[in-house]
Order: sequence, then C-alpha cells, then structure tokens
Amino acid sequence: MSTLLAAAGPLEPAARSYLSPTGQEVVFLLVGVLVLGAAVVSVTTRRLVHAALWLVVALGGLAVEFLLLTAEFVAWVQVLVYLGSVIVLVLFGLMLTRAPIGRSPDADSGNRPAALAVGLASAATLVTLVVDAFRSSWIDLSGAAGTTRVTGEYLFSHWVLPFEALSVLLLAALIGAIVLSRTQGGRARPRAGKLRTAPTKPKER
Amino acid sequence: MNLLDTLLRCVGTLVAFLVLPLVVGQAEHKVMAHMQGRLGPMYAGGFHGWAQLVADGVKFVQKENIVPAGADRKVFQLAPAVALLPYLLVLLVIPVGPDGMVGQVVDAGIFFVLAVMGVGVLGALMAGWASANKFSLLGALRTAAQLMSYELPMLLAAASVAMAAGTVSLPGIVDAFHWWWVPWQLIGAFVFFTAGLAELQRPPFDMPVADSEIIFGAYTEYTGLRFALFLLSEYAGIVVLCGLTSVLFLGGWHGPLEDDLGWLWTLVKTFALAFVVLWLRVTYPRLREDQLMRFAWTVLIPLALAQLALTGIIKVAIS
Repeated sequence: MSTLLAAAGPLEPAARSYLSPTGQEVVFLLVGVLVLGAAVVSVTTRRLVHAALWLVVALGGLAVEFLLLTAEFVAWVQVLVYLGSVIVLVLFGLMLTRAPIGRSPDADSGNRPAALAVGLASAATLVTLVVDAFRSSWIDLSGAAGTTRVTGEYLFSHWVLPFEALSVLLLAALIGAIVLSRTQGGRARPRAGKLRTAPTKPKER
Repeated sequence: MNLLDTLLRCVGTLVAFLVLPLVVGQAEHKVMAHMQGRLGPMYAGGFHGWAQLVADGVKFVQKENIVPAGADRKVFQLAPAVALLPYLLVLLVIPVGPDGMVGQVVDAGIFFVLAVMGVGVLGALMAGWASANKFSLLGALRTAAQLMSYELPMLLAAASVAMAAGTVSLPGIVDAFHWWWVPWQLIGAFVFFTAGLAELQRPPFDMPVADSEIIFGAYTEYTGLRFALFLLSEYAGIVVLCGLTSVLFLGGWHGPLEDDLGWLWTLVKTFALAFVVLWLRVTYPRLREDQLMRFAWTVLIPLALAQLALTGIIKVAIS
C-alpha cells in the first residue's frame, strides 16, 4: 500500500480506486455522516439549547475529520475556538435571554423554506467547487503533512499577507465592538455593590 | 507489543486519574482542618482517617439518583460525563518523566490541553441549564462569564512559554527548560496558575458555585454518584492544573537525579502546587462577581501581554 502511494506521488490523478477504501477513509466517511446528521438535527430541532448542543457534536466531529486528515493543529484550534468559546458564547446568550426546557414554538420565524433554499444553494456551490478543483487527485497523508511546524511554516512564509490583513480586520472589529457597546454621554453609572441612598424617600427622624 | 504498550499507558493514566484526585481531596480535608485548628477526619480507616474519601464514595454510590421532574433528563444525565472526561484526556498528554513517560505524545500539546479543558465547562453549563432551577442557571451563567474572561490570559501565558521553548509540544517544552526560565516566566506562571484556578472555580474564584448564596450553583439538583462525579472532576482539575503549571513553568521532571527520579520530581512539584491551591482556599474570601471580572481584564490580561513582550525581547536578544 505504502509503496503504491509512494509510486503514485501526491496529486496524481486516477492512481487509486474508490472500491478499496482504507480504514481511515471508512472512519472519515462515517464521521462525516455523523457531522451531517448532527448538523441537520441542530437546525431542525425545536429545543433551542438542544440545537446548540447538537452543534457541539457537529463541530467536534469536524475536529475529528481534521485529525483524520493529519491536520492536528487545525483540529485543536477548532476545538479551542468553536467548542470552547463560540458554543459557550451561544449558550451564554441563550441562557441570558430565553432558554426554556422543552419546546420553544415561538422561536420558529417561518423562514424555513428560504433558509433551506439558501443552504442547499451554498452547499451545491461548495460541493461543485471542491469536486471540480480536486477531481480524482490523491494527497499523500503519510508523514508530517499537517503538523504544527509545517502549518506554521506555510502560514508565515506563503500566507503572511492574508494573515496580517485578517488580524487587522479582527482588531478593527474588536475596537468597533468596544466603541458600540460603550454607554452614550459618559455619565457616571452606579457601581455594583455600592449602596445608593434613595433621594425620594424621606428620612424618618 | 505496540498494542500492549498503548494499553499499559491508558491503564496507567486511568489509575493516576482515579488515585491522584482522591489524594488531593484527602489532603484538602486534612490541610484545611489543621489550618483551622481542627483535626479533620480521624476515624475512617484507622490511621488519621485515610479512608474518609473511600467511605464518602461508598456513601455517594448508595444514595438515590434523583432527576428533578422539570429537568431536561438527557442533558441532565449527560452533564457529569462532559465535565469529567476532558480532564481524563488532558491527563493522558501531561509528561511525567523523561524518555516518553507520558500517556500519549501529542504534537500540539499546549493547544490540545487548553482546548480540551475549555470543553469541560460545557458540562457545568449543561448541568446548570438542564436542572430547571434558578440558582443552577445563575451558577451556569457565572461559570460561562468566568470562563470567557479567564481563558484569554491563560492562553497568552501558555503562548509565552511556547515562544520561549520554540515548540508547542509538552515534552519538548520540558526538554528545553533551563533553571533561569523560572524568574523569566514568573509573571506568566502567576497568570496561568491564577487563571487556571478561576477556570476550576476554586476559591477565591468560586462565585459560580458559591454555596452560601446560590447553593452550589450548577450542581444544586445533583445527588449521589453524579454529584460525586462533579466533585471528582473538580479535584481532577486541580491535579491537571498543577501538573500543567509544573510542566510549563517549573521544569517538570528536572531536578537532582532526574534520569531515575524524574517522575518523582513532577509529582512533588504538582503536589506542592496543589498544597498552594488548598492554602488559597483557606486564606482568601470569595471575590465578588464584578471584582472577578475586573481582576481578569485589568490585571491578568495586561500582565500576560507584558510577559509575552518580555519573552519576545529576551528570546530575540539571546538567539
């Protein structure tokens, strides 16, 4: 198997058959089905918090897919950013506003057909793009294809400019968020924990 | 052979996961008691109450397992596992001694550890929401807010060590360690340890579980074995945090006779830090929620950024 892979080399088209998948490929497909299922449940369930928790399964499954493609660094960053922060933020927001146990029928906005159409269209575009771009090419994953060192070298030698542009964009978004969330007028607000004397209540003396 | 090796490592990690938190828990009983002028448990097991936690465990197993009527059953029952498993996974990658004395070498170890530890908080969120209890929901909200604020300084402090060592693999970092890293990374160590305490919700950062005001927060409705699992995850978290701090900032297995006794050094450093965790619990009162947030954003994050700058400057100067 490995001699065949070595002889084929990376990105050699039609060197492999789809009929004899390796164990890794089978697991990859199974996890992919799981991710798809969790994602579908996540958007169709009528329980808000359950939707967020199914999203955890879907995003965690994606991290496993990255791992199977030997992109270890990307997988951990996926767990760190999406599972550890984005989902926690979503749950935090849900619990702060409205998260009843059980069904929440008022949460359905009636946009299901439109959302389905947009989702299907974007999925079709992406699938077409990826299939057209890679066709039947194979990428050799044996060896250190996706280790942190390789990822870092790619990122900081070939992709420095987009990386820096992205960081400036994120910084701008951060500053914008702070500016938007600051209170207008700058009047002094009471700090938590300090007792305020009520001016309307006369002192009994 | 290879399979046997993997199996042995997994069993070793599991044993450590089941034993070390109990040792820390027992130490907490005794250390707290002596610091408060008491004796602590003295009867269970005979010698200074060594079997107290075993007896507690038996008691928890015997208790009835209650799920509140209004609760979301599945999420409620799943939450303890989500809280506990991440620490088991993290323990797998913490290097104990030189020459591969580690459950599993992970290439991007620091990222793995921080990522997986962040997932553990989902357990507290799930528990707090699914309990259908206002106090639990408040506890979960506080947990989430605290995690959001304290994950950033923790990441920055860990990034500083990774920068100093030039690698993100945990055994690689210990390999690259020199004694003068301790003063160099002192601020980072302080930030990492403090933020870790906050992430574990240990006193003085135990606002989310404050038992005297919101009745143990997210865990109010839990009884029996599930409650014991949450407690176990707290103690496992102490072991993991202290192990990580000693590996990242105190040189892990480095010390006299490190070739033979490296694992002992890691354990000694870990338990010395665990003692500090218990000491802090006895010493400091609980921080208020706004003080807690202000401490994270106005003290820890600037300190972590300063440490990052210092690391960069010295790294460039010596290379």
